[in-house]
Amino acid sequence: MTETLFSNLAIFVLSLLVGFEVISKIPSTLHTPMMSGANAIHGVVIAGAIAIGAAANTPAGYILTFVAALFASANVFGGYVVTDRMLRMFTPATRSSKPASAEPATTPGTLS
Amino acid sequence: MTPFAFLTGLFFLAAAVLFVIGLHQMRTPRTARRGNLLSAGGMVTAVGGTLLYAIVSSNSNPFGWVALVAGVVIGGTFGVIRSRSVKMTDIPQLVSLFNAVGGGAAAAVAFADFLSRDLTGGLTPSVSVPVVLDIVIGSVSLSGSLIAAGKLQGLIPGQPIQFPGARIVNVIVVVIVVSAGALTVLQPTSWPLLLVVLVAALLFGILMVLPIGGADAPVVVSLLNALTGLAVAMAGFVIDNQAMIIAGALVGAAGTILTLQMAKAMNRSVLTIMLGGFGTGDSTAATTGASATSNVREVTADDVGLQLAYARHVIIVPGYGLAASQAQHEVAELAKLLTDHGIDVKYAIHPVAGRMPGHMNVLLAEANVPYSQMLQLDEANPAFDTCDVALVVGANDVTNPAARRTGNAVSGMPILDVDHAKSVVVIKRSMSPGYAGIPNELFSLPQTGMLFDDAKKALGDITVAVKQYVTT
Repeated sequence: MTETLFSNLAIFVLSLLVGFEVISKIPSTLHTPMMSGANAIHGVVIAGAIAIGAAANTPAGYILTFVAALFASANVFGGYVVTDRMLRMFTPATRSSKPASAEPATTPGTLS
Repeated sequence: MTPFAFLTGLFFLAAAVLFVIGLHQMRTPRTARRGNLLSAGGMVTAVGGTLLYAIVSSNSNPFGWVALVAGVVIGGTFGVIRSRSVKMTDIPQLVSLFNAVGGGAAAAVAFADFLSRDLTGGLTPSVSVPVVLDIVIGSVSLSGSLIAAGKLQGLIPGQPIQFPGARIVNVIVVVIVVSAGALTVLQPTSWPLLLVVLVAALLFGILMVLPIGGADAPVVVSLLNALTGLAVAMAGFVIDNQAMIIAGALVGAAGTILTLQMAKAMNRSVLTIMLGGFGTGDSTAATTGASATSNVREVTADDVGLQLAYARHVIIVPGYGLAASQAQHEVAELAKLLTDHGIDVKYAIHPVAGRMPGHMNVLLAEANVPYSQMLQLDEANPAFDTCDVALVVGANDVTNPAARRTGNAVSGMPILDVDHAKSVVVIKRSMSPGYAGIPNELFSLPQTGMLFDDAKKALGDITVAVKQYVTT
């Protein structure tokens, strides 16, 4: 038991550090989609709903499974869909704008 | 370790890799969409690994699976429909809502796990501690995020809500949460005590968010996001699911970073925001603001149109007022008209513009503004030095040059150097001060012209005016 706990704690702490490192590089332009995307990631709690559903054998267990599944799936499906919707709107350049910025994002193929 | 446990572990490892790479790709707009899809792939992998393990170790009782499928179908349908139909101005409340249900699900998982355990011999702290932490954090996040969503949606008044004795009630609730939680950890014998923890934590979430004003929404939404991440990680400890631990920790880190960045951009500490009670000096400040009206210069839409038509570099500074009047399409239309005539147009976006971190960028993206025109604070400030006209639409405190001096409400706050522009036009309904409650010195500078109107209407009028000067 303590061995499991220790390895889980190590995973937790290292993931926090990786999270700090990765997230701090994200520009403020993308903070809303990033937050919404992170929001979708915590929808992984649906795995918890599956685990308690598989072990449920009392009415209280069924009810809690239903609630957890309901909440978690709204979170995970809705989170990914809305994040994708937002990110689809981010376009590098419109037809007529001058490529005056230092952004290396002036992709070819957007001329129309 | 059984072969199945090993296989599940591999699934979780793959999921973790996909989550991290997915988040990493969110660092440029070009790769962000792919990053989100990768993260979704990680989600499928994590769920697949859990399903595999759950089917093998299931107690072959069909009711649990029926409840699970019913929940997934209803919840998933609701989530997809809401997220497809939501308006971009309403994104913050939707994110809050998803955050609330995530926290609630984490709390439900811990509660169900506790109920299913054999408590005759007690529980080891390695189970009971994460159970209690999960239920406390998850419940606070559930009720707190619902209140935040209600405030953002306008169902609950956005002003700080305070009542006499609030502090004492808060202390009592915290004492109940801590003592019932500690008792459950020490003697995990009954579920009613855990229910007390849950209810008290729900109450605490409500009391925590109610006194926080609408202007602080970006900080609060970020903080609640971090809390839900931590609750999910704790749920991972409870049921020994590494995918949940990793994903929860990543989200916890993301929320924490945003909370600190937003608080810094608003020149406030997280602690003072959580303690509430900001902006109480509004009434006195409003009167001093009114007296400053005398030395401002008013301009008409026609004047502004003329200025813009003969400018070379224009910077638009959008603030919450723009989002509130849904004028992102009008501002984009004006900007397109100008760029079509060879005028360089950029947007200078303060980190806290809008109702959640980066919200303004999404609103502009919705109006087809390319992200190469959106300048962040540190890119925008040098650009003001060569800017002919800065057009401020619905932004206030973040442009106040008083922030560079000490001794006032905005001192030290990172601001956009709008006053460095040759000419400044501010579209605003009135001279009323912003959330900081002090008059904006930018408004009374000699190069500043004020256009008193609704953002949407004013931008439409300016566009009409520009057209008459630029057409051949």
